[in-house]
Amino acid sequence: MKTNSTLKMKAENVRVFYGANEAIKGIDMNVYQNEVLAFIGPSGCGKSTFLRCLNRMNDTIDQCRVTGLIELDGQDMYDPRLDVVQLRAQIGMVFQKPNPFPKSIYDNIAYGPKLHGLASKKSELDDIVESSLQKAGLWKEVKDRLDQPGTGLSGGQQQRLCIARTIAVSPEVILMDEPCSALDPIATSIIEELIDELKANYTIVMVTHNMQQAARVSDRTAFFHMGEMIEIGSTTEMFTKPNNKRTEDYITGRYG
Amino acid sequence: MNKITGHYSHAYDDELNEAVDRLIRMGALVGEQLQDAIKAFIKGDRELASQVIQTDRKVNAQEIDIEEHCLDIIARRQPTAIDLRLIVGVLKSINDVERIGDQAEHIAKQLLDEDCQRPTDAQLEDIDMMGDKVLNMLQQALLSFQRMDPALALDVLKQDRLVDHDYGRILRHNLTYMLEDTRQITRGLHLIWVARALERIGDHAQNICEFSIFITKGRNVSHLTEDEVDAVVHDKV
Repeated sequence: MKTNSTLKMKAENVRVFYGANEAIKGIDMNVYQNEVLAFIGPSGCGKSTFLRCLNRMNDTIDQCRVTGLIELDGQDMYDPRLDVVQLRAQIGMVFQKPNPFPKSIYDNIAYGPKLHGLASKKSELDDIVESSLQKAGLWKEVKDRLDQPGTGLSGGQQQRLCIARTIAVSPEVILMDEPCSALDPIATSIIEELIDELKANYTIVMVTHNMQQAARVSDRTAFFHMGEMIEIGSTTEMFTKPNNKRTEDYITGRYG
Repeated sequence: MNKITGHYSHAYDDELNEAVDRLIRMGALVGEQLQDAIKAFIKGDRELASQVIQTDRKVNAQEIDIEEHCLDIIARRQPTAIDLRLIVGVLKSINDVERIGDQAEHIAKQLLDEDCQRPTDAQLEDIDMMGDKVLNMLQQALLSFQRMDPALALDVLKQDRLVDHDYGRILRHNLTYMLEDTRQITRGLHLIWVARALERIGDHAQNICEFSIFITKGRNVSHLTEDEVDAVVHDKV
């Protein structure tokens, strides 16, 4: 069930081409404020490609062309006059494999706010670092070793560090591309709990290969198959009574 | 029967089919138990009535066995969508099947407790006819579950009205007899209790049908009117 009906992002007839190959075949989607929306589907179905459209990550790929409309708060995200660096501060991203910078824990968090000029003095930066780590549920574990390298943390801690780093630049939307696939079940549970807390302040769109994870954490789920979005709806409905046969085959583990 | 197929894991197909098969076997055992209970009551066969009561242990053991099988599937497979509805349907249906067994036992006990004169042939005929209807409802309810046939389930739901009608008639007749002649009270009460047990069995058979509609159509129809259920079964909603 979606928790809020305020429209945050809107996609209309989005198509993605890699050269002549059409990877995303005309997707329409609304993303609502403060919801957790999960994308599921088999490998190669386009869910990660579509997620990357939502903060223009595909811009960096040669031969990749995106058509259609994607809006954030009613603003065309693909407007050529738009500052992409600013956009990516509004729409943060967490990747499959934790990728902390080879810097201290403190600098990992402070890097973004410094880049975007969010803090004018050291004490303000300290506050941002602390509150970001607090929100990512990592503060207690690292507060006495902020000067140590981020890469020295455990996998689960590194992923929470990356989430804290994303939060530090005050995004509105957080995109997560299989954020737990490299983590053990306990670290996964901690991240899932964190996602549940984060949705009070952020809108979260995540890709997951773990269907049970989508069932546990998301309000709505979208099922992708061969570049199309087959079905989107309340997660409860999707996992108890999906409308589409292909969705049912996928989530029940049947070959269609 | 409509076998459950198509999972990448054939073992999972087998486990789901096994849950349905075990429910059907338990239903068949309870069906025999009910048939024997009605027969024992009508014929006054006390030995058969004792056997009916003995059967209840087997029924209870089967209920626990199926419940464990379903819990195992939930724990290890995390079923979703139609598979989840199937497991919930089996878990709920075994409860109703077990209650039908209890009612059959209750009917048998009416005979064993009986220390009054035998019912008249006409009174036994009434029970026999009502019993036939209820037995038929139970068998068709199980068949609708086994075949995943919502149209058959709907048909059984509609039959319950006839059973309720029989119960009302038996109740009225016996109340009249009891009012006319107080010596008839014990016999009348036994007959009413048997009819009441049969009426309850009809309700349990209805529940099984509602679960079979829930599995195939994904809608809980337990509190809908007959017309509304009809619309669900025929995809008009």
